Amino acid sequence: MSEKQTFTGNRGLQLEEALIFEIGAYENCGVDLEDVPQVESRLGDCAAQGNIDLPGLSEPEAMRHFVRLSQKNHAIDAGLYPLGSCTMKHNPRLNEKMARLPGFSDIHPLQPQGTVQGALELMDALAHWLKTLTGMPEVALSPKAGAHGELCGMMAIRAAIEAKGELATRTRVLVPESAHGTNPATAALLGFKVDGIPADASGRVDLAAFKEKLGDDVAAIMLTNPNTCGLFERDIIEIADALHEAGGYFYCDGANFNAIVGRVRPGDLGVDAMHINLHKTFSTPHGGGGPGSGPTVLSERLAPFAPLPYVEKSEDGLRLVENNGDAENNPFGRMVAFHGQMGMYVRALSYMMSHGADGLRQVAEDAVLNANYILASLKDVMSAPFEGPCMHEALFDDSWMKDTDIDTLDFAKAMIDEGYHPMTMYFPLVVHGAMLIEPTETESRAALDLFIATMRDLVRGAKDGEIDRFKNAPELAPRRRLDETLAARSPVLRWQSPEAKKAAE
Amino acid sequence: MRYLPLTDADRQAMLANIGAANIDDLFVDVPEAARRDGTVDLPRHQGEMQVERQLSAMAGKNMTASTVPFFCGAGAYKHHVPATVDHIIQRSEFLTSYTPYQPEITQGTLQYLFEFQTQVSELTGMPVANASMYDGSTATAEAVLMAHRVTRKSRAVLSGRLHPHYTAVIENLTEMGGFALVQPDMAPAGAEDLLALIDDETSCVVVQNPDFFGNVADFTKLAAQVQAKGCLLIVAVPEVVSLGLLKRPGDMGADIVTGEGQSIGGGLNFGGPYVGLFAARDKHIRQMPGRLCGETVDADGQRGFVLTLSTREQHIRRDKATSNICTNSGLCSLAFTAHMTLLGGKGMRQLAELNHARAVQLADALGAVKGVEILTDAFFNEFSVKLPANAAQTVDALADKGVLGGVPVSRLAPQAGLDDVLVVAATEANTQDDIAAFAAALTEVLS
Repeated sequence: MSEKQTFTGNRGLQLEEALIFEIGAYENCGVDLEDVPQVESRLGDCAAQGNIDLPGLSEPEAMRHFVRLSQKNHAIDAGLYPLGSCTMKHNPRLNEKMARLPGFSDIHPLQPQGTVQGALELMDALAHWLKTLTGMPEVALSPKAGAHGELCGMMAIRAAIEAKGELATRTRVLVPESAHGTNPATAALLGFKVDGIPADASGRVDLAAFKEKLGDDVAAIMLTNPNTCGLFERDIIEIADALHEAGGYFYCDGANFNAIVGRVRPGDLGVDAMHINLHKTFSTPHGGGGPGSGPTVLSERLAPFAPLPYVEKSEDGLRLVENNGDAENNPFGRMVAFHGQMGMYVRALSYMMSHGADGLRQVAEDAVLNANYILASLKDVMSAPFEGPCMHEALFDDSWMKDTDIDTLDFAKAMIDEGYHPMTMYFPLVVHGAMLIEPTETESRAALDLFIATMRDLVRGAKDGEIDRFKNAPELAPRRRLDETLAARSPVLRWQSPEAKKAAE
Repeated sequence: MRYLPLTDADRQAMLANIGAANIDDLFVDVPEAARRDGTVDLPRHQGEMQVERQLSAMAGKNMTASTVPFFCGAGAYKHHVPATVDHIIQRSEFLTSYTPYQPEITQGTLQYLFEFQTQVSELTGMPVANASMYDGSTATAEAVLMAHRVTRKSRAVLSGRLHPHYTAVIENLTEMGGFALVQPDMAPAGAEDLLALIDDETSCVVVQNPDFFGNVADFTKLAAQVQAKGCLLIVAVPEVVSLGLLKRPGDMGADIVTGEGQSIGGGLNFGGPYVGLFAARDKHIRQMPGRLCGETVDADGQRGFVLTLSTREQHIRRDKATSNICTNSGLCSLAFTAHMTLLGGKGMRQLAELNHARAVQLADALGAVKGVEILTDAFFNEFSVKLPANAAQTVDALADKGVLGGVPVSRLAPQAGLDDVLVVAATEANTQDDIAAFAAALTEVLS
């Protein structure tokens, strides 16, 4: 490896790029704007004083800036991205093209409904696919992300409990210790007390412990299935039945729906509410952390409480019910302004129509096959805390590293030098030093074989004491390990001019 | 199936490697009662052309904003987005990346988030901004919850001129959390005495600028009065372009500023995805919701960026987190940053001036239509008019003539008793011909 120093700091195609505030200028503009017609101002006493202190860039400079930044990112299009629980699958470009049809992208959410019948038709079609795939009678499309869908589901549950007059008594929500952090955060946001349920030796909800926790103060369980250990909850129907008998509701975290789409319907498992991450299972792009979309399917018992807005059929075509006065049921309220993530609805429907019922079933099967292939190919050298088969992700712990002087973080950073985005680390919390690998169905066997061979070589290196390969990693990425403690101790959350910095000191 | 790389031979070989006889062996943990043999009752897979044909047919049934004189606003605005922006956000490395959990290989995302935070901070006049929220309505609702945390109080006072959907979202989130709200009746103009509604349990006052009816106001005095009562002032800005020309909420003394960033970099998209803006004071950083990107150095001392202060967040704090949010609106914040970078401060000012000028021209044109009364004295690019007829029916009649002529108040607030009030917006995307066509069509419809 060349240690060659360069004048620019660039290394061949790896180009350093300053902040726009360091390269732009106030006077620069990359947009041609018309001259402003002379009119008498109607701003009242609210007109701004002084300039907006932000730099502009011409179009070529802006393009170069953002393209250079993009080259510092790992992405699915460039390589395997086995981030467990995130379902980083290929994002078909047909979906992008469809979402950009002016008939979807260039319509206003509040223009007359008669002028957007095609948009309502799309929402109705998406709802039909989601309801059919999950075997659930109702879906609230509007939640803007997975956590927002969770909130929607739990709000529907809270509304149902309130309608029964049990809000004062049903205050406890059961959440397995392996759950995503959003689950307890969501329950707490709605004023529920969170009560943990331990896992059993097989990595699943401890059925006996769960039953002991049941009582007439239990509002709901929030259970991820397949769970965050990558395992199907075998007792799920028994859990649902016992819960229902005790008067509680079953919220299922649908983050891992990719493992079962087209093969298992959550409606057959006794689920009352489940969010679906369109950005996972149905492949709308993750976009560097959003925008997501979290439609939430609801059971018969919760359907009357579905939030505004929703599409229904009427005499003059499709109608969007937007206000309480127009609703026949008892919507619990409104999650968002307007109607949710239309751009994501189009992409998801395009994805579903492309795959069809047969293709979606194959998606689940290939996702599960790929994960099991990884599990089977690595479990002799790494340590899998639970017996397989797994669902769409393979979980390992760090017990195999015991005598190596490296930890999960070091191992992950060494993967970066090998050209891989690391798996999810240190989650779920129930497994020590967890490594959660989700390959998805869009990886070829050749890609998996190279990944497996790489992982085996890293394990060998760790066991052979090649400490530098891990402790110094990453050495080949655009940056080496970053000082997160410094970032949190004295937060610098925006750029400041050298003069402003000096003045502050 | 073009999206699935495994061949049947691969599948057989891999099953053999795993030691499974068939794929069903991998699904043994599914309870028997829930196993399904066949496919669900939905169509089979289709090729690109077939899917494109069907979706294009649906899209073709909608009246698109760019093809007609278009004057709808009310929280979503039609602006010109430079072609460069859409190219940038479709770069694979941005589009198909995820939350920057591994900062060494996501500096691209992290750097633009840092740039985004700086731009939002500068535009709002606030010291810090987060890496974005779902949209303006949820950002505003989260701001109310944050005010409750900061002040340890539990009641919010909302302006009656807040966007009705924003009100509904706040109501939903806070009432479900056991918090109270108070809001005066909705009126298109005139003074609101929000101070009188503050009591000992009040944490914040929420106002909007420009408000739902288009009024712009200087809240400097209100901010001081609200703060003197131990409350925070939250200013919501649903049209971010207004910040190019209006006094900044931070300079007025706001404690939290929320906004809808769709106008910069985003299309109308029938209401989403959009991008929520969220800015606050330094002293409240640790009570903020959402992701924050911060500057630091790497092991070689080079500047780099990371997600920071994550001890506020759900994946660490679980039920003690400041919010349940775990993503932002990443790609929309990139579009915002790219568009804002192309504009720069000078371009942003000119864009805002253009918007205002078009709105003034529109007000002059509509004000000349018989029976139409302009209700808004001071406005930016949107104002309210009183019609001598039902506004919803008028808008439908205008649409029949190929004009999308604003949003009737009754669409969002059917109980407000404002059935004759219409909210109209003009932007740089409108021409003088559009304005003339709107005025002519309105004259015809009302006659």
